[in-house]
Amino acid sequence: MRRFSWFNATSLTLGFAFLYLPMILLVIYSFNESRLVTVWAGFSTKWYGELFRDQEFLDAAWVTVKVAVFSSTLATILGTMAAYVLVRAGRFLGRTLFSGMIYAPLVMPEVITGLSLLLLFIGIGLDRGVFTIVLAHTTFSMCYVSVVVSSRLSSFDRSLEEAALDLGCSAFEAFRLVTLPIIAPAVISGWLLAFTLSLDDLVIASFTTGPSATTLPIKIFSAVRLGVSPQINALSTILIAIVTIGVITTSIITKRASQAQARDEQAAIRAED
Amino acid sequence: MRRFALIAVPYLWLLLLFLIPFVIVLKISLSDVALARPPYMPQLDLSTGWEGLKAFFAELDFENFTFLTTDDLYWKAYLSSLKIAAISTLLTLAVGYPIAYGMARAAPEWRPTLLMLVILPFWTSFLIRVYSWMGILSTEGVLNTVLLKIGIISEPLMIMNTPTAVYIGIVYTYLPFMVLPIYSALEKMDESLIEAAEDLGCSKLAAFWLVTWPLSKNGIVAGSFLVFIPALGEFVIPSLLGGSGTLMIGKVLWEEFFNNRDWPVASAVAVILLLILIVPIVLFQRNEQKAREAEG
Repeated sequence: MRRFSWFNATSLTLGFAFLYLPMILLVIYSFNESRLVTVWAGFSTKWYGELFRDQEFLDAAWVTVKVAVFSSTLATILGTMAAYVLVRAGRFLGRTLFSGMIYAPLVMPEVITGLSLLLLFIGIGLDRGVFTIVLAHTTFSMCYVSVVVSSRLSSFDRSLEEAALDLGCSAFEAFRLVTLPIIAPAVISGWLLAFTLSLDDLVIASFTTGPSATTLPIKIFSAVRLGVSPQINALSTILIAIVTIGVITTSIITKRASQAQARDEQAAIRAED
Repeated sequence: MRRFALIAVPYLWLLLLFLIPFVIVLKISLSDVALARPPYMPQLDLSTGWEGLKAFFAELDFENFTFLTTDDLYWKAYLSSLKIAAISTLLTLAVGYPIAYGMARAAPEWRPTLLMLVILPFWTSFLIRVYSWMGILSTEGVLNTVLLKIGIISEPLMIMNTPTAVYIGIVYTYLPFMVLPIYSALEKMDESLIEAAEDLGCSKLAAFWLVTWPLSKNGIVAGSFLVFIPALGEFVIPSLLGGSGTLMIGKVLWEEFFNNRDWPVASAVAVILLLILIVPIVLFQRNEQKAREAEG
């Protein structure tokens, strides 16, 4: 008994218009011939051409990707370990401090995280650059990974692991052969989350970088501080396109996988009967 | 042994790169600014042994914190951040609730798509989403051009570089954080409760106020904290949209550090910001725990 409601339809339409209109405008104006925002001077792809000829942008993009790949991979390993410790390791000395340190970075203002890490790097005399940004990004994104993974770890049937141990697996084999495949979707989404967080970060990277490494957000920020730039519109369009394709592909893949799993489970139930 | 390594690796990582940096911030907030590299005094010199350590602690003082209370820039910035964060949280709730409600009452086969549409902007760069409003709100921006052409206004609206632009920016970028928890609370709700209330003589509005709103309270509280906490220390939005007309503490900290190179004062600003944040964070944790217990 579901009636069509004008109120719901209007609030959804307005809400999604609000969410998407600014980005759609950005995409449209990236193809504007004119440098001015409001004057439409005809369709052109010249800003894309200029973007790809700008060596500084290309260098910054490369640095950003490098940082994101290294930091998200490290963060996934450390975050999965931390999640395993939180859910499975039981009691140990300083457990409260440990879980506090996992959750605190999630709510910490970026300016404070950035400032404190910079003061540490200066204190121990570490040269700032790609390496220090990777350290900084790994630290806050491992916490996000561990939250994602631990919610999956605490929801699955532990007897599966115990069965593997009873059947002669070592603890590590049980993890590799039973636990890891089950938590794999959470580990993958944790990696994706860490990767996006790293691509996106301006504040912490600005604090922890040195003169040798400029990331894309730092470059974008310094370019748009003084106003709208058509080159940045073109860059934004490319980034929006990549994210849209990525999210839609992932959601189709997960939908197929969950359908396949549902089919398998039903087949198993039928086989039992 | 393996268990020990499993615990020790992430533990040490967080101790070294999360906890110790805070201790350093705390220490520098008690130091004095100096024309040196690094630009603060006193430096801890362990080679002088116990005496050096004693002299070091003797030189630490709360001067920077006293300074923060005497110069009204700082407490004005804290107050204005609290105000901006609170108002934009309420605005986000006002914009987000109808969206979450519409999603939860949409046909079930539509819900995954709607959910994806809310999450999709969250994956796109935060910086770009803030930037997209610069072209809309500026004096010669899209909004003013359209409104002038239709004839609703005769003078361009000055929204850019005012707190209004900051409110719009915060509502826009943090909207998914508000919509998702409210949606998940509303989706779990049994719709026959509404029918029962209406059968028993409630008007539609009364049924909403007496049944739906209280049942979505956990989502509202969670969403509000998820917007309020990061908005308080926000830097990107006030510096791109707020201009010099908007005072926010995240921006003050940034400028104190990068422009004035006053590390001790920047550290003291960070320490106070953290102390202010502890209250909402503890309340948020408590709300989450209560919600978990209610479900479990």
